[in-house]
Amino acid sequence: MRTTIILKTASNYLLPVLLVFSIFILLRGHYLPGGGFVGGLIASIAFILHSFANGLNKTKELLIVHPGFLLPIGLAIAFMSGLAPVVLFDLPFMTGLWSHDPVAILGSVGSALFFDIGVYLVVNGVTLTIIFTISESA
Amino acid sequence: MTQQLILYPLFLQMAISIILMFGWSRIGFQKVFSVFGSILSVGLAVWLFSYIWTNGTQTIQAGNWEAPFGITFVADMLSVTLVLLTAISGLAVSIFSGGSVLKDRLRFGYFPILHFLLLGLNGAFLTGDIFNLYVWFEIIIISSFVLITIGGEKAQLEGAVKYFTLNILASMIFLTAIAVLYGITGSLNMADLAQQVALVENRGLVQITALLFLIGFGIKAGVFPLYFWLPASYHTPPFAVSAIFGGLLTKVGVYALIRVFTLIFVNDPFLNNIILIIAILTLISGGIGALVQNNMRKVFSYLIICHIGYMIAGIGMFTEMAIAGAVFYLVHDIIVKTNLFMVSGVVYRIKGTNSIRDLGGIYANWPRVSLLLFIPLFSLVGIPPLSGFWPKINLIKAGFAGGSYITVGAIIFASFITLVIIAKLWAEVFWKEGKELPLRSNFGYFSKMTTAKRLQFIVPVTFLSIVSLYIGFGAEHIQELSARIADELVNSQGYIDAVLKPKN
Repeated sequence: MRTTIILKTASNYLLPVLLVFSIFILLRGHYLPGGGFVGGLIASIAFILHSFANGLNKTKELLIVHPGFLLPIGLAIAFMSGLAPVVLFDLPFMTGLWSHDPVAILGSVGSALFFDIGVYLVVNGVTLTIIFTISESA
Repeated sequence: MTQQLILYPLFLQMAISIILMFGWSRIGFQKVFSVFGSILSVGLAVWLFSYIWTNGTQTIQAGNWEAPFGITFVADMLSVTLVLLTAISGLAVSIFSGGSVLKDRLRFGYFPILHFLLLGLNGAFLTGDIFNLYVWFEIIIISSFVLITIGGEKAQLEGAVKYFTLNILASMIFLTAIAVLYGITGSLNMADLAQQVALVENRGLVQITALLFLIGFGIKAGVFPLYFWLPASYHTPPFAVSAIFGGLLTKVGVYALIRVFTLIFVNDPFLNNIILIIAILTLISGGIGALVQNNMRKVFSYLIICHIGYMIAGIGMFTEMAIAGAVFYLVHDIIVKTNLFMVSGVVYRIKGTNSIRDLGGIYANWPRVSLLLFIPLFSLVGIPPLSGFWPKINLIKAGFAGGSYITVGAIIFASFITLVIIAKLWAEVFWKEGKELPLRSNFGYFSKMTTAKRLQFIVPVTFLSIVSLYIGFGAEHIQELSARIADELVNSQGYIDAVLKPKN
C-alpha cells in the first residue's frame, strides 16, 4: 500500500494525541457525555490510523501483545468492579462504591470508573482485532 | 451472602468465560476447564434450587436501587428449575463438545462463547425486568450466531443467514413491544408491570402489545407459522451446538411466553384462545413436517416445533393443571432434546452420515450403544413409564376439564405422530440391514476411536439418559415440583410481593 509522507508523519504525532484524547473522553464520561465505549473507539482509531500509514506489522510491534488479549483483561476488570461490592461489603452486585475525598483532576473515584476502563479495553480490543483480521485477509 | 446466591450462577459462567478467554489458544486446557466449570455450575444450581425450595421466592436488586427502578433479579421455582436444567444440559454439552467438535472450531473461541451462551440463558431465567430480559436475549443470540457460524462451512452459513434474519426480526418486535408497554405504563419491572397493566383502561392497546410479545417470543420459540428458520438452521452446525440450541434456545422463548402470559397479560380469553389455536396448529404442522424428513437432525428439529405446541397449549388453557403440564413438559423436553441431538451425533460418528435411508444395522454392530440410545428416543415418545408420558396426562386432563376437546385431539395426534416417527426411525436406523457405505477418508469413525474419546460421546448421553429416566420413574417428584411452580405462576401475587415488598 502506498501512503503519502504527510500521512506518515502526521500519524506519528496523532497517535499519542489521540490516545491522550481517548483517555480524556474516558474520564469525562464520569459526569458528561463520553465514557469507556467511545473512548475505546477513539483509542482504536489511533492505532488504525497508525497502521494505515506505517503498515500493519509496525503497529503490531508497537502494541506488543495481540489486541485480542485486551478482551479478557477488560472483561475481568469490569467484572471485578461489579463484584467488588459483593465481596467487600456484601452489597448487591454492581452497587456503586465511591471514595469520600475527590481526587485531583478525576473528581470522585468509584467502582464505575473501573467498569468504564474495562469497557474501554474491551472495545479497543474488539475493534482492533476485527480491523486487523480484515486487513490481514484482504 | 445467601441473598446474593441468586446471582452466583451468572458470576460463575462469566468467570468461566473470562478464564477460558485467557487460555484462548490452549484447547486442552479449555476442554478440561469447561467441564470443571460446568460441574461447579451444576453444584451451584442444586444449591440455589434447594435454597429456593425451602425459603421461597428470593429477589435481589442489582446496583442496590429500589424495586421498580433498579434491575431486579428474581429466583422463583420456575427460574431455579430452569437454571438447574441449563446447568445439567450445559455439563453434558461441554463434555460432548470436547470429543465431537473439530479442533479448527475450538481454536476460534468455541468454549468461551458456549459459556457466554449459558450466561445469557441463566440471566434470562433469573431476571425480573423486561428490558433486562431483552438484554439477555441479545447475549444469547449473539453467542448463538457465533456458535452457528463457527467453522464457516457453506451449509452452515446458509442456515445461519436464515437463523440470523428471523432472530433479529424477533428481537426488534420484542423491543418494539417493550417500548409500547413502557409507553402505556411507564414501567419495565415485570412485577410492577403486572400491577400497572391490570389498571389500564384501553384494553385494545394492551391486547395489541401482548400480540407483539407473542410474535416476538413466538419466533424464538418456533411456533406456527413462525418456525421456518428452525429446521432450516439446526441441522447445520456441529452436533454439540445443535444439542444446546435444540435443548435450550427455543425453551427460552417458551419460558418468556410463560412468564409474560402468566404475570403481565392475564385473564384475557381473547389472548388465551389465540395461543390455543397457535398451539394446535404447531402440534399438527410440526408433527407432519417431521414425517417427511430424511435427515435425522431435521426430523428432530421438526419434533422440537411439534413439542413446543404442548407447552404453548398449557399456557393457552391457563388452568393450574395445564400449566403444571406445560412446566413438566418443559423439564422433560430440555433434557430429552439436548440428548437427541447428541444421539444423532453418535450415530453420525458410527456410520458417517445422518441420512435415515442410508443408515441401518447399528443394533447388529453396536447393541449396547443402541440400547443406550433407545432411552432418549423412547422417552421422547413417552411410552410409560418413560418421561414424556406424565406431562401429557396433565395436559389432556386439563383439556377435558376445560372442555377444549380440539386441543386434546391435537395433543393425542401429536403424541401418536411422534410415536410413528420414532418407531420408523428406530426400525430404519437401528434394525434395518445396514448398507455398505463408502468409507470416508479423514473421518473420525467411532470404531477407530480410543476408549477415552468414546467416553466423551457416551458419558454425556448416559448422563442425560439417567436424568430422563429419573424424570420418568421419579415422576412424582417432578409432578410435585411442577404443581408448585404452576401454583406460583397462577397466583402471581406472591411473585409481585416478593419483588415490591422487600422483607427488611
